[in-house]
This record gives sequence, structure tokens and C-alpha cells, in this order.
Amino acid sequence: MPLPFLLEIGCEEIPDWMIQPALQNLQELFTAMLSQNNLGGSVTATEATPRRLVLRAEGLNASQPNETKATLGPPKSAGPGAAQGFAKKMGVTLADLEVITSAKGEYYNFSKAVEGRKTLDILAEALPGIIGKIYFPKTMYWTGKGGARFIRPVRWLVALLADQVVPFEFAEVKSGAVTSGHRRLGASSIPVTVVNHEEQLRANGVVLSAAERRALIEKDLDGSVVKDEALLNTLVYLTECPSTIRGTFDPQYLELPKEILSTVMRHHQRYFSVEDSVGNLAASFVAVMNISSDPDGLVRLGNERVLRARFNDARFFWKVDQQKKLADRVADLKNVTFQAKLGSYFEKTTRVVALAQEIAAATGADVSAAARAAELLKADLTTDMVKELTELQGVVGGLYARAQGEPEAVAQAVYDHYKPVGMDDSIPSTLTGQVVALADKLDTLKGCFGIGMMPTGSKDPFALRRAAQGVVKIIVEAKLHLPLSTLAVSKDLTEFLLDRAKFYFKEVRGFKYDEINAVLASGSDDLVDAESRLSALAQVRPTENFEPLAASFKRIQNILRQANVAAGTSPAIDPALVEGGPEAELHQEFLRLRVIVDAQRKAHDYRGALEAIASLRPKVDLFFDKILVNDPDEKVRQNRLALLNSLLTEFSAIADFSEIVTQH
Amino acid sequence: MDSFQQTLFKLKSYWSERGCIIQEPYDMEVGAGTMCPETFLRVLGPKPYRVAYVQPSRRPADGRYGENPNRLYKHQQLQVILKPSPKDIIDQYLGSLEAIGIDLRKHDIKFEEDNWESPTLGAWGIGWQVMLDGMEITQFTYFQQCGGVDLDLVPAEITYGLERLVAFLQGKESVYDIEWTPGVSYGDVRFADELQFSVYNFELADVGALWQLFDLHEKEAQRLLDLYKRYDDKQRFPLLPAYDQVLKCSNTFNLLDARGAISVTERVGVIARVRKLAVGVAHAWMDQSNPVVAAEVTA
Repeated sequence: MPLPFLLEIGCEEIPDWMIQPALQNLQELFTAMLSQNNLGGSVTATEATPRRLVLRAEGLNASQPNETKATLGPPKSAGPGAAQGFAKKMGVTLADLEVITSAKGEYYNFSKAVEGRKTLDILAEALPGIIGKIYFPKTMYWTGKGGARFIRPVRWLVALLADQVVPFEFAEVKSGAVTSGHRRLGASSIPVTVVNHEEQLRANGVVLSAAERRALIEKDLDGSVVKDEALLNTLVYLTECPSTIRGTFDPQYLELPKEILSTVMRHHQRYFSVEDSVGNLAASFVAVMNISSDPDGLVRLGNERVLRARFNDARFFWKVDQQKKLADRVADLKNVTFQAKLGSYFEKTTRVVALAQEIAAATGADVSAAARAAELLKADLTTDMVKELTELQGVVGGLYARAQGEPEAVAQAVYDHYKPVGMDDSIPSTLTGQVVALADKLDTLKGCFGIGMMPTGSKDPFALRRAAQGVVKIIVEAKLHLPLSTLAVSKDLTEFLLDRAKFYFKEVRGFKYDEINAVLASGSDDLVDAESRLSALAQVRPTENFEPLAASFKRIQNILRQANVAAGTSPAIDPALVEGGPEAELHQEFLRLRVIVDAQRKAHDYRGALEAIASLRPKVDLFFDKILVNDPDEKVRQNRLALLNSLLTEFSAIADFSEIVTQH
Repeated sequence: MDSFQQTLFKLKSYWSERGCIIQEPYDMEVGAGTMCPETFLRVLGPKPYRVAYVQPSRRPADGRYGENPNRLYKHQQLQVILKPSPKDIIDQYLGSLEAIGIDLRKHDIKFEEDNWESPTLGAWGIGWQVMLDGMEITQFTYFQQCGGVDLDLVPAEITYGLERLVAFLQGKESVYDIEWTPGVSYGDVRFADELQFSVYNFELADVGALWQLFDLHEKEAQRLLDLYKRYDDKQRFPLLPAYDQVLKCSNTFNLLDARGAISVTERVGVIARVRKLAVGVAHAWMDQSNPVVAAEVTA
């Protein structure tokens, strides 16, 4: 009869963000163990709270299947003495041996029935290893040096195969059939069975299902509450019995910028912000507790009091920070190190100002606004507000610049200059903002590459990948015609940026990798132009002529390679040597299309140009069908190679078709 | 409503009943209770130990001239060390909150990941900040390493922020309004320190003199550490005084930092100088108390 299995690893509070990956890992490890040991069954559920990782499986066999293990002995021809010896070695008598016939002849053989091991025993052996192998980013030991490691101390273990305890020990904790409830709402010692585990936990204040905990929180988040999926997920895995409270604060704090208030609420207090009907911040918040109710309002009062202190601090910082203007703080940046070898933030500022001016001039932005924004860009690093709310670097500078009467373009540029902070984040909203954001990121990239601090593997302490990603995103989405060759100093950095461009086009924009390769292979200096070509290519690709033509281009490339003709080096085509029929037709069509394609390309009508090129397909097919390139007459042969070479060269300027992966 | 000192008495007796030695504060300037020898040195080695003490902790850069209701140059920590940590340590901790009058069925407690680390001491641990109704009241740490040494027995360190906790219990908006004992406020007792030390730390401390002091203490600590290697009767060697010199360095560093005299670049280097001394003392201490264990550690 198939058996159910339940494992609960009872633990002190696991960091919320590690729980889901750990569950996933536990499931993989357990599933692998089931199949390696031929135990049947499968994992049917995994659930977790901060204090427990739970895995359920169903359909396990009570034991491994029985097997017959055959051992081949000596050949029959070796005589009874050898057979006797073999039987002895196997621990049996001659009568237990059989004679089998194989291609090599007759042999003694001993078949032993091996009874499958009990699932209970296998689990007991395997579980300590599985628990110890669950991956956590940082682990600890607690039973003494050299003891077991886990994310936090393990305090109880439930391991049940149907109604039997799977006996094992991990980190000096013996498995059993006793769980522990919510720290304050439940008993600390609760006997459970496979069947009543979840319901016993519920009776002791623990909502085991994450989906259910999420629903308990979400039911109180009405339309006025600002949506925040990441915060919601954190709170789901920070609680065993969540419920919400709605608190308020003195509306006078609303005079502080929304960014500051909501950052204090979200990052420091894990509260949801609330908005009024027109989208302004309201003087209230939603907090999530790890108990079921707040009958006397004590939790609400406590949270309101803490928030008040936090807001008071913020107001104090705002007031104190205004006593010294951003512009007067720039010199203080001499004391703030950017990077040991790259000097202080003051030195960085000087470089970024120069770079911002160059980029502004090249993109038609307001040079003086860009220079001023660049000058103030990092000054907020010396403010108390940023020391307290580091995640608001830049944003605080922008708010202060505005409050101190800097031009709006300057304030907004400073405000936005960390953007985009991720792949999904938008780029700075103004041209000046885009210019200084580029200058800041490029300075960091150039500087770090200059001193050999390129990211390697998972190590990227200066977040250079993110910076490069930002550069690419800004250039492409703001359509800034800034050739990479004028921006990046080194070959390494150009390649790094191109690598990020490929990543961006593929992951963010969803283009196919071979289209990206095709486009970048025929010119990658101007990413805005590359993007236009890429869009055109993606549109033309599904049309009927395109892929066959791409296959033909690949063939042309192979022919030229075999003939040792380098691209673009052939002599002019001699019309006199062109043979009438398919070759002449192709030649004529090539000459006709070349003019059209050239004009379209110059007008940036890449789609039209690619369609025109694709229309060449019937002529190319016919040519390859009827004409032998390797004509015995060397002159004719060379002329044909010249024709193909011109074709390939002229028509590869938008995308290198040979990079396209085709079915043909 | 319990006064500040009544709450303190209750916490001390609570931990006293659980086998802790009740120590008095260490008589030197430290930035945290962890730095006292009662923690830093006692957690090393295989000998079980339980201790609790209040430690006034000086953080010169946090001074606010007595103007900020929640920030102090010097705050009081109750430091509890249970080595090794008992299995029910968190229940014991929650019991201490009940003991000072917090009904945990009516309040929200969360354990949020917060791994403590002290680069100056070469020490780190794994743990949480304990949040009570949204306020951090305790730092809870399972030490893993101290002075660069992997710990034989893992201690639990519980550090209560007493001002916050009592302000919460008494429902005060400002720590200065806490009733220390009936008729005497926290402000009455402490305001002058906060004001005067803020003025000194931020405005009047002599940077040149502080650097000289730093160098002197560093030199003295290093001299003793060098001497230890050649000293025959290791058992009587003054490592505790050497460690005092390290604490002096640490506090002088904090003063220089508050005075704005250490750039971020220099910072790393100065911290490394103090850490080198702290690690040196820790290793010598292991050697002195148990030469065999120390040999394994350094091997």
C-alpha cells in the first residue's frame, strides 16, 4: 500500500527571503533521493513559515522492489572443483547453482534474491544528509565547533512515514511526531500525525500555507493601499499568523516629501503606504502583525509611536541639512572616498562634470544645466538624510536642489540620476537627467575598467553590470545617437557594453539571439541604429523569402571562404563576362536593388530595405540551381565570385544574414 | 509603572535566576557591551560561562547635544551572554520581556534577520533584531567568531537597548522623560553628559592629541603582544591590560571619527590596525588559557 510522508524541520526564525529558495531546494533533494532509491511516490506539497520547512510526499512504497542479483561463476568446463569453490565463495552449496548458456558457452551462475530495503530505513539514512544539503546563502553552527550547519538552529524534527516515525538525528535533535506552535498563540509541544499536522498547527496559531497567509493580509489591503508585491512577500514569510492594523500619523508630517515618508515606512518599518483618492500620500499606514488581533490597540499605538520618532528624525535631518546648501557641500566630497585608486567623490564629480558637458553637447542637451546637475550630483552623500536613508541617494539630492531653488531641470536630473536601478526601472525622464546619468555610470565603468576591476563571475562589487545595463537602456530608450566608440575608452569596456546590449535586447526587449548577433555583426557602434535595424529584421524575418535567402547568404559565404576570397575585396564585376540567363538576371536584379536598398538605408527605412533584399531570393535560387560558380574558365569563375561577394557585402550592412539560424 | 532602575533590577534578577553572574559595567569607554572582556575574551575557548551586565556604551558620532529624543552619545545596554546557548534560549528571552511587564499575547514580536559584525574586533555572528510593535528592542546574536577565532561553544548574546525598552514601557516619547526613579528623570541624570560630550566630541576634541593617544595605545598594546611571545611564565602575563590598550585605541578611533578626522579611505586602514591588535590578544588569550586548543586554532 502506498504511504504518505511528512517532514517538518522546526527552526528558529529563518530570514524571509531565503525561505522559498530553500523549500525549492528541499523538494529537489528529496525527489532525487526518492528516484535514486526507487521508492516510488512524489512530493505533493512544500510549505513554510519562518519557523518551519515542511515537505509532503505521497505514494511511497513500503520498501524497495525485490531484485535478483546474478553472479556469473566459472565455465562448466572448468569442472566440479571450480564450481565447488565458486559456491563456497557465494556462501551456498553446489545445488544452489544453476548452469546458464551464453554466447561464450555454459557457465555456472548463482542468482540471489535480494530483498528491497525498507523505505523507513532508507529515509532514516538519507534525511540528515538532505537537511544538511539545503542551500542557504549564509549558515551557522550552534552545537559547538564542527557541529552541523543550518541557517538557524534546528529545534525539532517531525518525520513520519504514514504512522511511523522515521528515526534519525540532525544537529543533536531527534526526529519524532511532535511539532511546536506559534511562539505566543500555541503550545510548544504538539503531537501530530501525517493527517492532522496542518490542522493541529492551525489550532496552535500557525497558518502553514503561505497562500493563505497572503490572503489574510491582502483582504485588508483595499484600493487606497499602495501595492507593493515585494513587501507583501516579505511579510508573508515574516509571520506565522498575520493580521493587519491600520495606524495613523499626524498630517503635519505630510509636509515632508512623499519619497522620504514612504521610504521610512517601507524600508525601516515594513509598512504599506496609503493614498487618498487623488494619489496623494494619506496620513495613515498598514502594518502587519504576527498575532491574530490587537484588541486593546496596543500594537497600533506602539507602531504609531515608533513611526512618529522616525518621522521626527527625518524632519530634523531635513531641517539641519538645509543649513548647508548642496552647492556648498561639493567641497566636502573630498573626504568621501569613491574608490581607493579612483579618489574621492569630489574628484569623481570633476570628471563627471566634464563628461556630462561632452555628452550634452553631442546630444543637443542644455550644456550648462547638465554641468550644474553633474556638479551637485553626489553632494547629498554628505547629508544626514542620506546617511540615514541610504537608499534615497540621488532622490534626496534632487529634493534638496528643488528646495534650494536650483532650476527644475537640474533638480530633476539629480533626482533621477541613479535610474534605471534595474531592468524594469524607467530611464531618467528628462534629457538632462539622461545625460548626467550616463556620465555618472560611464565614469564609474571607465574608472573601474581602467584599474582592472572588471566584474568576474558573481563578483561585481561596484555593480558595473547594472551600470552598463543602465548605459545601454538610456542610450536605446532615449534614442541618443552616441557612438560607443566615442564613449568607451577601452576595447574591454566596449565589449562589456555590447555584451550588456545583447542581454538587454534579448531579455528586456525579447528579440531572438541570432537576430541580435546578425544586427550587431554588421555594425554596433550606434545602439539606437542597431535597435531600428533589429526591429526591422524581426518584422521581416517571418516573411516567406527571408530565411531561404539567409540560407543562401550562408552558402555564398562558404563558397567565398573556400575560394579564399575575403569579404569586400573582389574586383569590379565585368559585365562582359556575365553569362546570359540566370546569372545575368541575378546581376541585373542586384544592380537594380542596390540603388533602392541604398536609398532606403540612408532614409533609415530598414524594413523596406530588408524586404527589398529578401525579394532577391528567386533570382538567387535560380542562380544556384542553374549556374556552376566554379566554371572551368578561371576568368568567368573569378567574375562569379565577384558578383557573389558584392551581393554579400552590399546587402549585409543592415544585418549579417549569415548569423541567422535557419532550418535549411 | 516600573522606573528605569526597577526594570533593570528585574532583568538582572531574571538572568541571575538563570545562572548568570551579574557583573558591574566595565570601567572603561567602550562602544558596545560586546567589547568588554567579560564578552570578548570569555566567549573564547571551551569553558561554559553565563554573565549579564549593564554597559554604558559610548558612540561619539551618535551624540545630538541632548536635543534628539531618541539618539544618545552614551546609551545603556544590558548585555547577556549564555555560553553555550541553551536550546530554549529564545523562550528564556521572551520570558524576560514578560518579567518586565510586557504581555506578549497583546504585542507583536518579530525576529528580523540581522547578522552582527564588528570589523574592529574580528568578530561576527548570526542573528536577529527583535522588533516589538515595530521597534527594535534587542539585538540577538549567535557568535561564530571572535578575534578571528572560531568559537568552540556558540554563545547567545542578548543585547537590550534599555532606554528604548523603558521608554516603550513607560510610554514616553523622549528618552529624557523616562522616570529613572520616582521624582528623577533620565534627563536629570544624563542630560549634562549628552550636551558636554557632544560639544567635546564634535567641536573641541584636539585631533592631533587624539592621534597621539591612538598611536601611544597602539604601541603599548603591540609591545605587550610582542613581549608575550618571548615571556616564559605565560600564565602570569598581563594580557588583560594589553586588551585595555586595544579598547583605548577603539574609543580614540571613534572620537576621531566623530570629529570628522578620518576620511573613508583612512577608516578601513585604522580599523585594520585595531583589528590586528584585537586578533592578537584573542590568539594569545587562547594560548594562555589552553595551549593545546590555541595550537589547533593557529594550525
